[in-house]
Amino acid sequence: MANESRIPIRTTADIVTARQKGRILAMELGFDGSDLTVIATAISEVARNIIDHAKSGEVIITRGNQGGKRGICVVAHDSGPGIADVEQAMQYGYSTRNGLGIGLPGAKLLMDEFNISSVAGQGTTITMRKWRH
Amino acid sequence: MRVPILKQGDYLIASVQSVLSDDDLQLLRDDLADRVGRFRSRGVIIDVTVLDVIDSFATRTLRAIAHMLKLRGAHTVIVGIQPDVAFAMVQLGLTLAGVGTALDLEEGLEYLGGRAHRLHEHRSFGSREEDRLGHPLRTGRHSHEHHSSRPRDEDENDHPGHASQRSLEYGQ
Amino acid sequence: MKRQSQKQTDEATSMHHLGVRTATTGDEANEALLRQLVAHLRQNRTQLREEWASHITEAELLTSMSKEEIFTEATSVYDNYVAVLETGSVEALQAYARNLSERIIPRGVETHEVVGIVLLLRDTLARSLFKKYQGDFNLLNRVLDAYEPAANRIANTVAVSFVQERERIIRQQQEAIRELSTPVLQVRERLLILPIIGVIDTQRARQLTEQLLRGIRDNRAKVVVVDITGVPTIDSKVANHLVQTVEASRLMGASVIITGLSSEIAQTLVTIGVDLSKVNAVGDLQGGIEEAERLLGYEVIRASQSMNPEGQA
Ligand SMILES: Nc1ncnc2c1ncn2[C@@H]1O[C@H](COP(=O)(O)OP(=O)(O)OP(=O)(O)O)[C@@H](O)[C@H]1O
Ligand SMILES: [Mg+2]
Repeated sequence: MANESRIPIRTTADIVTARQKGRILAMELGFDGSDLTVIATAISEVARNIIDHAKSGEVIITRGNQGGKRGICVVAHDSGPGIADVEQAMQYGYSTRNGLGIGLPGAKLLMDEFNISSVAGQGTTITMRKWRH
Repeated sequence: MRVPILKQGDYLIASVQSVLSDDDLQLLRDDLADRVGRFRSRGVIIDVTVLDVIDSFATRTLRAIAHMLKLRGAHTVIVGIQPDVAFAMVQLGLTLAGVGTALDLEEGLEYLGGRAHRLHEHRSFGSREEDRLGHPLRTGRHSHEHHSSRPRDEDENDHPGHASQRSLEYGQ
Repeated sequence: MKRQSQKQTDEATSMHHLGVRTATTGDEANEALLRQLVAHLRQNRTQLREEWASHITEAELLTSMSKEEIFTEATSVYDNYVAVLETGSVEALQAYARNLSERIIPRGVETHEVVGIVLLLRDTLARSLFKKYQGDFNLLNRVLDAYEPAANRIANTVAVSFVQERERIIRQQQEAIRELSTPVLQVRERLLILPIIGVIDTQRARQLTEQLLRGIRDNRAKVVVVDITGVPTIDSKVANHLVQTVEASRLMGASVIITGLSSEIAQTLVTIGVDLSKVNAVGDLQGGIEEAERLLGYEVIRASQSMNPEGQA
């Protein structure tokens, strides 16, 4: 079983690849039911943001164990323009390009842990985790 | 992959066949716009049974399609949203406000036929403001009374007429 | 010792015919020994099997099974055991062990009993080998060297199969209990009722929603009545789950009616900021069902009455 998937994100087709790989890995890690779709959806959002706002980057999906908890870890990384005001970007409905502004806050709702670090002009890294119940 | 569009009487049926990329979705919008105009279709069913994920982009596109088709006189109903997909959508805060939904193709046709439209109609098209505040977790909605629990028949005027012909023919 | 070092590979390839492998002389010697050993175990099958069975009874293992049953299973285990020694492949044993587990787990057989009987067999056979080869201490050592790792592997295989089977059954039972605790009831065509009883936490809310949404699909439901009369407390978290359930059902083309939501609770929820505007709430279950039937009946009247909508697009 592959415990890590690295998916370069350059075109919108890569978004589909990323969420499919995420679903498969999540299944291998023991997730089931609606969690699989929840994880795939969160991956879809962060991968799309890479295309929409940073042109290209990558998504890395790994087994995300911590202490006694077992789960999945998704990292979305790009070297795009970065986000000047992260707090604002995390607000529900905030979008700089006429989107719904749901991607970031929505992904946070879908996952158990959500971390974003971004430096204007240098890029954005989002790390999110979901634990098995 | 381009979504095939079938013509059935007054209606168009677009069956999404595989996982859609963003480009496919945009292509679908253009194809539907074109055909609704050409055939003067009164209703459009978009069957998304095979979609494994409906994220904010897909939702936005589906809503935009419905909105645009409405301006051209056709009512849109999305059918086949799977249980897990629906659940993930609402957890993400996505709804299909203003777009009809039905369980599957059969229900979708019935819906367009007008028999069931009171049951499945979502609230009427909201403004962008509505889109943003429509999240179930949002607080401080200002338009409460407006959407209070009255029967879901706000979109009566969307009623597109009844099914006429049941044979399927290719739209093109 | 050589065999031991080869163990990893064996396990990976599920250890097909040992003899076919390009083996060192040491290995070949081992093969020969194993063959001898297998022949011995076959010859003495009746006696060894009986010995083993009586050891099982003495040790008070498998007490929930009759003597005859124990003997029948013991025979199968014995033959499978020898087959593994001969072929090196544990697949057949694995399948048998699972099947056996499936049969005896419902009767309350415990893990330690299963491990116990396999270890007893290992020792019964080892004692018999000891007796046979005790004249040649060197040979005895080599025989035991060949026998031991294989025997341990067998014990391991059986134990693992048993534990896995047990876990599977437990999971299945938990699933069944969960489903029982909140059934999705179909009261009439197109109408589902989900009576929720007890405390709802996030985990349970998730399961309830999953269950309901699948119920909608499987029953082609158009209206769902969710009755929360039996839920002691509703905080904002639970309320938001309810709202999500309502919204998700709508995405699948079904309307939801919530019953049993007292006006006090409703008021509190609104105060703490839960948006109930999308929730169609009706006082009690009876009223909810009536409302649902009205909704379902409404469409029948509509369809026959008029196809002409008020207003136009
Ligand atoms: N990887 C990124 N690089 C740079 N800016 C980003 C990135 N991701 C998000 N942003 C900024 O954060 C804002 C909010 O993102 P979010 O995903 O919530 O909304 P959106 O992408 O604009 O719309 P939606 O995802 O709902 O279609 C974006 O408009 C953009 O300005
Ligand atoms: Mg986005």
